[in-house]
Amino acid sequence: MTVEILARIQFAFTIAFHYIYPPLSIGLGITLVMMEGAWLKTGNPLFHNMARFWTRIFALTFAIGVATGIVMEFEFGTNWATYSRFVGDIFGSALAAEGIFAFFLESGFLALLLFGWNKVGPRIHFFATCMVAFGAHFSAVWIVVANSWMQTPAGYHLESTVNGKTVILPPDHVVTPADLTSVRAVVDDFWAMVFNPSTIDRLTHVILGAWLAGAFLVVSISAYYLLRNRHLDFSRASLKIGLGFATVACILQMISADFTAKGVVRNQPVKLAALEGVYETRPDTPMTLFGYVDAGEQKVVGPKVPGLLSFLAWGSFTKPVVGLRDLPSDEFLKLRHPQAAAGELQEIRKQYWPNVPAVFQFYHIMIIVGVGLLALSLVACFFWWRGWLFDLSRPLTRWLLVALVFSVLGPQIANQAGWFAAEMGRQPWIVYEMLRTSESLSKVVTANQIVASLILFGLVYALLFVMFVFLLTRKIQHGPDTEEESEEMPESWKALVRTVPRA
Amino acid sequence: MNLPDLNIIWYILVGVLFTGYAMLDGFDLGVGALQLFVRKDEHRRLLLNSIGPVWDGNEVWLVTGGGALFAAFPEAYATVFSGFYLPFMLLLCSLIFRAVAIEFRSKEEWTWWRQFWDVAFSVGSLVAALLIGVAMGNIVRGIPLDADHEFAGSFLGLLNPYALLMGVTTVLLFAMHGAIYLAMKTDGELNKIVSGWIPRLIGFFLASYFLFNLYTLIEVPWVLETVRARPYVFAVVAVNVLIVLNIPREIHNGREFNAFLSSCAAMGLMMATFGLTYFPNMVLSSPDPANSLTIYNAASTQKTLGVMLVIALIGVPLVLAYTASIYWVFRGKTSLTKHSY
Repeated sequence: MTVEILARIQFAFTIAFHYIYPPLSIGLGITLVMMEGAWLKTGNPLFHNMARFWTRIFALTFAIGVATGIVMEFEFGTNWATYSRFVGDIFGSALAAEGIFAFFLESGFLALLLFGWNKVGPRIHFFATCMVAFGAHFSAVWIVVANSWMQTPAGYHLESTVNGKTVILPPDHVVTPADLTSVRAVVDDFWAMVFNPSTIDRLTHVILGAWLAGAFLVVSISAYYLLRNRHLDFSRASLKIGLGFATVACILQMISADFTAKGVVRNQPVKLAALEGVYETRPDTPMTLFGYVDAGEQKVVGPKVPGLLSFLAWGSFTKPVVGLRDLPSDEFLKLRHPQAAAGELQEIRKQYWPNVPAVFQFYHIMIIVGVGLLALSLVACFFWWRGWLFDLSRPLTRWLLVALVFSVLGPQIANQAGWFAAEMGRQPWIVYEMLRTSESLSKVVTANQIVASLILFGLVYALLFVMFVFLLTRKIQHGPDTEEESEEMPESWKALVRTVPRA
Repeated sequence: MNLPDLNIIWYILVGVLFTGYAMLDGFDLGVGALQLFVRKDEHRRLLLNSIGPVWDGNEVWLVTGGGALFAAFPEAYATVFSGFYLPFMLLLCSLIFRAVAIEFRSKEEWTWWRQFWDVAFSVGSLVAALLIGVAMGNIVRGIPLDADHEFAGSFLGLLNPYALLMGVTTVLLFAMHGAIYLAMKTDGELNKIVSGWIPRLIGFFLASYFLFNLYTLIEVPWVLETVRARPYVFAVVAVNVLIVLNIPREIHNGREFNAFLSSCAAMGLMMATFGLTYFPNMVLSSPDPANSLTIYNAASTQKTLGVMLVIALIGVPLVLAYTASIYWVFRGKTSLTKHSY
């Protein structure tokens, strides 16, 4: 395998593993705020117990998130040194801002959240919980800013420095391999970089995905307790909070998905055509609901809804969505291949397509799972409204709860598939239509070194994952503390207790 | 020049971030390195919990230092991390292991489980400290760079005796620093044990530090030349030695907090010595110094350095405020509660 493929596999593996955890921390962070807020507001010790239990789960996901996250901060330099030199002026500031604004906030207040129950009063503790949740969201902001800039670069220009002399290059300059030692992207306008055309859409989409991950974890564990007839008061209350949160996030996610996809149509038409498997440009562009791409025949096999893609993209059933056979445009190709004859362009064009069968599948897995989660949460809400949700004598309720136990996998699958679609859909570019992934590697790193590190991380992460599942299972089996087990509350906390818990 | 030189400001700021990392994560890596030297489970838990609320924040200094290096001096970031590829991957794995060991260790009662994670915590901390020292040693000594500032050496070349001695010195420095921190955070029997280590650790560290400086004069000729041209560096070194010698005095008088402050100050002065001598280089090229990366040819544009300075001016006071409040809330001797590791 080539260094490029290995470096991509290594980066994908480490980031995909890392990305199991931050969404859980972000989503659980919000539920912790809700639970502790409810405890402060009602004084019901049930909510205090809930906050304590979910904090322990949160601590576990957070620790692995931190440990695997440190790797990511350095992997741009280790694997993608040429990229780092090329875009450091822009990309580095987002990462540095993430560290200084988000990570310190998170880690500082995390200490209070985890160890501060008997050190500070309940109100300061609640403040710390809010700050941890806020910090987790803030870190998502900066990293999605950095990533969105790679998708839709803005607020920069290219400049070339030869023998200490710097020349500003025109906006249509094509980066060639010879440029890589002398040309770099330089920031013009920091805020245009931060709020590049895709930042807001993608950030919203990512954060809602993270909320879903946290909400469905709460739903899943609560449903499990209900099925096992354990911790009933606790799990009913947790399920209500989790389900409410999940349903709201699912509905918002559908709206966000629409905005995000419309943004891709505008900003990255090649990517959109690949995600939907559109080869041919024609009016009433159909949308394939599921299926597979036959790359050789350049067609998609599967049930199609005529005109749906045109409608979703443009709000008109007749306006065509441009297909891959016309993308990228002839002008784009001629600029990069001035010698090519007109007949050759069609072959050259394919070099600028991502791996269409793969991104099509990842994209459709995300959509199918997302719609499935929405349907599941709406059904569960219907049961809740009819008063059936906690009535375990109903077989349908039991089946629904079983589905809810497994629902925790849904957001994880959708989040991972969505990122694979987003990142593979950007290929062959590392910075969209500016810098190629194949040109961005570390020149001094060999395939053997990457294989060695890949094996190392493979073993370590396999062990971590087994440990995570094991400890999570043990924590779930142990369950929340009962009133008697829970430790003596400090006086300042006891003063809050207003409601006597039900026996 | 009317405006302050942003490149110099960022040289100092990146230095401050890595110094903050050394002072803070230094003690928790040191505590990790000492973990296996206490036997009782209760004592090992106390060691873990003494750093429990703060280790995570301490590691953020490394992450932020890395981010600041990327933003302000992308060429140096790219050269060092791609050049030190395998040692860096090992460092990252060590940091992962020790981090999760802290979280996992006390979750189960089984002896083998706790023993396994104690070893992971301890070895992870030791290897991390060693590799940080080795990387630092190579930076001081200079690494082979080509005309494009790409690393032209080999993995084994990084494991030269000079860098390894720096690695050992770093381990001893962190162990000493960690022991002093523990003396401050423990009482009773455990306090007696850790206090007993401190004079020996100081002795080992000073011996290693002395050897390292001697070796520097032989191995790295430019250091002596530079220091001759910048005599104020001597003053910093002299104050540094006095401060290190102050540590046993403070311990002897039972003023553990002062001893810890002295230890932090000593680390700060060591980094200052390095920074003053190394300036204006970011990564020194050896044998061909013409290929070196400096704070000018490795830097981002003035615009980015300016934007980043605004970010730092907003962020750093906030960071210092959180750090100070967390250390204040968790001040005093560590005791075990139900929330402890």
